[in-house]
Amino acid sequence: MNVQAAPLTHNDYKSDVKPIWCPGCGDYAVLSAVTRALADLGRPREQIAFISGIGCSSRIPAYTNVYGFHGVHGRALAIAAGVKVARPDLTVIAAGGDGDGLSIGGNHFMHACRRNVDMTYIVMDNEVYGMTKGQASPTTAPDWCKSKLTPEGTGISAVDPCRLALAAGANFIARGFAGNPNEVARLIVEGINHPGFSFVQVLSPCVTYRPEQREWKSIVHPADASPAQIMAEAMHRMAADDGFTTGVLFQGNRAPFQPIGKNTASFADLERKFES
Amino acid sequence: MALHSVSIALTGSGGAGAMTAGQILLDAASKAGFYGLMTRSMGPQIRGGEAAALLRISTEPVTSLDDHYDILVAFDWGNINRFSAELPLSAQSLIIADPEQGDVPEAIGVYGARIAELPMKTIAATIPGGRINMVGVGAAAALIGLPLEAVLGVLTAQLGRKGEEVLAAATAGLKAGAEAAAELPEVAKLPAHKHDGAARWNISGNEAAGLGALKGGIKFVAAYPITPGTEVLEYLAPNLPKVGGVLVQAEDELASINMVIGGSFAGLPSLTATSGPGLALMTESIGLAVASETPLVVVDVMRGGPSTGIPTKSEQSDLNIAVYGLHGDAPHLVVAPNSIADCQFATQWAVYLAESLQTPAIVLSDQAMGQARCVIPKPEDSGFVAKRLVAEDSAESYKRYALTNSGVSPMAVPGTPGCMYVADGLEHNERGTPSSQASDHQSQLDKRARKLDNFDYGAHWADVEGEGEIAVLTWGSGTGPAQEAIQRAKAKGIKAKLISVRLIAPAQPAKMAEALKGVKKLLVVEQSHSQQFHKFLRGHYDLPAQVSVLSRPGPLPIRPAQIETILASWN
Repeated sequence: MNVQAAPLTHNDYKSDVKPIWCPGCGDYAVLSAVTRALADLGRPREQIAFISGIGCSSRIPAYTNVYGFHGVHGRALAIAAGVKVARPDLTVIAAGGDGDGLSIGGNHFMHACRRNVDMTYIVMDNEVYGMTKGQASPTTAPDWCKSKLTPEGTGISAVDPCRLALAAGANFIARGFAGNPNEVARLIVEGINHPGFSFVQVLSPCVTYRPEQREWKSIVHPADASPAQIMAEAMHRMAADDGFTTGVLFQGNRAPFQPIGKNTASFADLERKFES
Repeated sequence: MALHSVSIALTGSGGAGAMTAGQILLDAASKAGFYGLMTRSMGPQIRGGEAAALLRISTEPVTSLDDHYDILVAFDWGNINRFSAELPLSAQSLIIADPEQGDVPEAIGVYGARIAELPMKTIAATIPGGRINMVGVGAAAALIGLPLEAVLGVLTAQLGRKGEEVLAAATAGLKAGAEAAAELPEVAKLPAHKHDGAARWNISGNEAAGLGALKGGIKFVAAYPITPGTEVLEYLAPNLPKVGGVLVQAEDELASINMVIGGSFAGLPSLTATSGPGLALMTESIGLAVASETPLVVVDVMRGGPSTGIPTKSEQSDLNIAVYGLHGDAPHLVVAPNSIADCQFATQWAVYLAESLQTPAIVLSDQAMGQARCVIPKPEDSGFVAKRLVAEDSAESYKRYALTNSGVSPMAVPGTPGCMYVADGLEHNERGTPSSQASDHQSQLDKRARKLDNFDYGAHWADVEGEGEIAVLTWGSGTGPAQEAIQRAKAKGIKAKLISVRLIAPAQPAKMAEALKGVKKLLVVEQSHSQQFHKFLRGHYDLPAQVSVLSRPGPLPIRPAQIETILASWN
């Protein structure tokens, strides 16, 4: 008689490593949302690869009990693409902060959106570099002047990650708020189930360097329409958006990128080409 | 059997067909039973730049260009001043010049070679669809005594599918050139020679590196184009899928190296190829591969540096960045092929070493080998295949970075139940949990150094040939000229030893001491301006009291005569 193992709960996806995050950091909720999503999906832990770069939020793989890679700054998406292309059987998730993903890793973000490898990318956006103690990131408003590096503000307009993803060709774009981990978990589940690259921006407050972000909970609002399926419509909606609309914002149906090795030749066949 | 060879340079502006002409001659030589080597010298232009096919056809396998060219076939003189230094001629050499292209320029005239006029353009114009390069091929083949049937055979095989008219035009051009050559002065000739029947390959160093990668077990490649490494990737793109692997074109070298880290972490032996500027971009992440103990191979086909340097021409000046370029204490492998044939062996061996030791291996090839074609005896299979120590399914309390005696610890492949871990560039403890403790840093540094130090690299660390109190110590494409110089010196009664280092890092002091036993005078040969190899040797090895260094930057290759002269002066 087969004994069915009890289904895994979200705690089974957590490791015993204690996070380095500050008390009250939004990233705790994202961690919970990720583990809940994985439990909801029922994916075996060993079939998941969780990839990150550098920054506070990029520490997240160590706090889970799945295969993971904590790489160098900005390159999570490149490692993740390598994992998925090499091993299409794995569920691949990449995660990190707004600086990691949109500044130093910005080029990889653009190309991950257009390459459309079947994986899910979570940007935990707090509009600040936390690990280096509070500098402006690409999503920081131009007039934020609390950083010693840019005491007059950056004077540079902020990036809307979702608009950037859409322009670059992403086919699944969603936004969540760490204050609503159930919704974030649902968005991650939908993102993982979406074939191809899925992008989930999570507004994740930094209570240490951006305490004003505690107010986000009164600003965020769910999308009042089902996901746009046509790029022009999504672009139109995003242009009018305040950046605090949560939910799936766009879902297209472009086929994922997955080259397949075919095993059609022996080494002797390859060597014959050089015979002369 | 003594080596007989004839060297031919074919030059012309891009579009004149110098490269095609050179390849046809090399292929024909192979068909006729000869061996040979053809390097390319090109300007940076995609079209219309200067180009030279530099050939040496020989009765025995050759790994070096000769000291000078016996024949220079100039289809035109466009931009000849830019690379005349790469076309050394002797007084016995013959310049075949088209009178319609004007006088022989002074930069070539200074060699004092004989000049013969051959109106290639006029002859080609008499043939419908005729091309000057075919006239040149015909003349060159006839002059050196390369059987015309062999050239015709190559033309038929290569042009047959382009239709009868194209083939007929090429054949007519070839024959017209050969007939016209009867009026030209005598020049060095190949001896009558029969095919020895042995299997042989016509292969470039970049193709050989790609083939070596496949035979070593590479299954994942990320690629970003860069001269002169691109052909490694272009060889792999169609051929890797045929053996069950996959290739992705990346957005930049930062992506390609990290994709390779991902592919390897996921369980597939993984590789990328690049050149100096790309290697510079990759160094941070190669350090990640060291720290996270992720095996991978980076083939660096060296070109002139620093910065953009001379992208189309060779230099051995990435040794420093390959050995010392990583921040922190980051032991890794640096392997250098020392011939076109060795590009296959060295790359295959590097895959095996990287996988065995779970660390990155940099393969230092160069443009002179990578973009050159060579007719070589078919190499024996070395048998080196990637074999990674992997964790078992049921491993209890799995420790990815366990402190083993060998320093190598079982690596769990994602999908293995019970062994989940997070690979990390942060210093970590045995489980992989980030740690800034002094004891963890010390023990993990020890582990990563130990696994490279304790490994048995066998005899492949260097090619050591001959005996004598004089030795030439070199690496990479310095090896061919050194071998030939030692052969020539031997014929004059001078005994010299050759040590060509294949395993640059980690250094092998005990083996080097053995190789240098009894050596009183040492000549270090390398192609870099700052003597990178010499300084590397000084840092890692005890050298004899008397050391001379023959070093020159690219793009001029080291010539056998330069080495031979020094050896003779020492006797």
